Amino acid sequence: MNTLTVRRPAVVFALAAAAALALAGCATTTPDQAAGPTTAGQSVTITDAWVKATDEGMSAAFGELANNGDADVTLVSATSTASTSMQLHETVDNGSGSMVMQEKDGGFTIPAGGALTLEPGGNHLMLMGLTAPIVAGDEIEFTLTFSDGSDYTFTAPAKDYSGANETYTGDDMNMGGDD
Amino acid sequence: MPQARDAGSGRGVNRRQLLLGGAAAGLGAAAAIGADFALASRDRASSTSAADADAITRSDAVPFHGPHQAGVATVPQAHTAFIGLDLAPSTSRDGLRRMMRILTDDAARLTQGVAALADSEPELAIAPARLTVTFGFGPGLVARAGGTAPGWLAPLPVFSIDQLEDAWSGGDLLIEIASDDPVTVAHTARMLLKDARHFATVRWRQDGFRRARGTERSGTTMRNLFGQVDGTVNPVPGTEDFDSVVWATDGWLAGGTGLVIRRIRMTLDTWDELDRVGREASIGRTLSNGAPLTGANETDEPDFAATGTAGFPVIPDFAHMRRARGDGTERIYRRSYNYDLPPSGDGISESGLIFASYQADVTAQFVPIQRRLDELDLLNQWTIPIGSAVFAIPPGCESGGYIGEGLLK
Repeated sequence: MNTLTVRRPAVVFALAAAAALALAGCATTTPDQAAGPTTAGQSVTITDAWVKATDEGMSAAFGELANNGDADVTLVSATSTASTSMQLHETVDNGSGSMVMQEKDGGFTIPAGGALTLEPGGNHLMLMGLTAPIVAGDEIEFTLTFSDGSDYTFTAPAKDYSGANETYTGDDMNMGGDD
Repeated sequence: MPQARDAGSGRGVNRRQLLLGGAAAGLGAAAAIGADFALASRDRASSTSAADADAITRSDAVPFHGPHQAGVATVPQAHTAFIGLDLAPSTSRDGLRRMMRILTDDAARLTQGVAALADSEPELAIAPARLTVTFGFGPGLVARAGGTAPGWLAPLPVFSIDQLEDAWSGGDLLIEIASDDPVTVAHTARMLLKDARHFATVRWRQDGFRRARGTERSGTTMRNLFGQVDGTVNPVPGTEDFDSVVWATDGWLAGGTGLVIRRIRMTLDTWDELDRVGREASIGRTLSNGAPLTGANETDEPDFAATGTAGFPVIPDFAHMRRARGDGTERIYRRSYNYDLPPSGDGISESGLIFASYQADVTAQFVPIQRRLDELDLLNQWTIPIGSAVFAIPPGCESGGYIGEGLLK
């Protein structure tokens, strides 16, 4: 498991950035629910999705996931058109005052009728091995896969963002900050 | 500074969008902040008069989507920032499309009191206070897009009174951000400029103000820093007359308009040397209520033929109002703002007017008026145009669309 640390003073804001005040996002796809939500992929929607623009290396995607179904769902993996791989990351206190990014064991569970916020400094989708620069205004397609094998696909716009500069411990790789 | 009828007769958009309505969909602390604001508003409203309640404006939201961009026919807000940007050399037509999609999304959210995507200060977004964001395209942007520009989209002709400075002139992209709350203007400008940074650099920024919302009856014609009632004879938004003066009808600009921004320095120190009679003669209107010198009320039609006891016209030949009016065939819609900056050297004032004129055809409507004022206008003694820019204001867009899509898609 890779472990990441936050470069800047580590604070996880309880307040989600854009995701907290959720308007219907313009970059989401809605699953066909004609037969009623039966799979996780049909129960989950994302609003206010966005991905950090970067020239190379890694990036991260954020948004507000909602589970509109009657059963808990578990997000176990994700892919995107912009990266060769992706990990589900969480942020935890490492016990010595630093917040540490690490791959989420077992994936993200979204409770029935509940939500999961992906935000800078918190849970996020980590894009690794970018296939090309992600430029501001690009629309990147993501596919989420759940424990029942179902998928959910959405697109997210890329935005320039100076935060979210997580770095691997003892590693020079970074997520495309300006520095 | 031609005169114009009050832009805001209380018409236009003044809907009180309940903040709680927007926050209810949200989660966590942001919703809590929203509730706090909304409750404070209710407490104040219930304990004060209806007139005071009208001043509680922070949750007012002006619709963003529609056939026209907001911020033109909108009753002028108290504060504005006109920001002119130069496109980066690398910004292509495709880049313009990406930029306008992002900026449109920011504007659509922020004007409704919702934080932009990736907004680092979402708490600053919850009080739109009639925020509007209006985009304009300069000649350079239309050329970069490979589009056809209207014939008037170019620098204005040279006028003899001009002392234009590059620092206040030109620009490829205009973003105008207006709100009754200056904190909202600051946050919105910061957010949009962060998202424009990849594509363009700031060339100039002109911050302007009018009286604060609530300090006078809504719809009162503004006064400039000469103390003049400025803007009496304006087409009234929502009328066919306004539509025909302001909105363009051709091509990708149909539903849009042309904007001329002239930065006009006002030399208050020499204006101080002029007595009240001279001040009123220079404009042709009284200072007390803006009535023409031949009338009693602001909106009275001037009698340009009236003469005084000595046989001279009551409204002098050199009066600004007479020169601007001409035969009345050329008309514009004005939505100007005052500016007041720190002085330099021994001066005590660096003040003036950000004159903003909207019309369907700049060459046919604005230029003849400015030509007449250039030839003769006593007010030229105390006013100096130091900035000039012309922009095409594209039409509005529907939800899911973006400003400029007619040109860029």
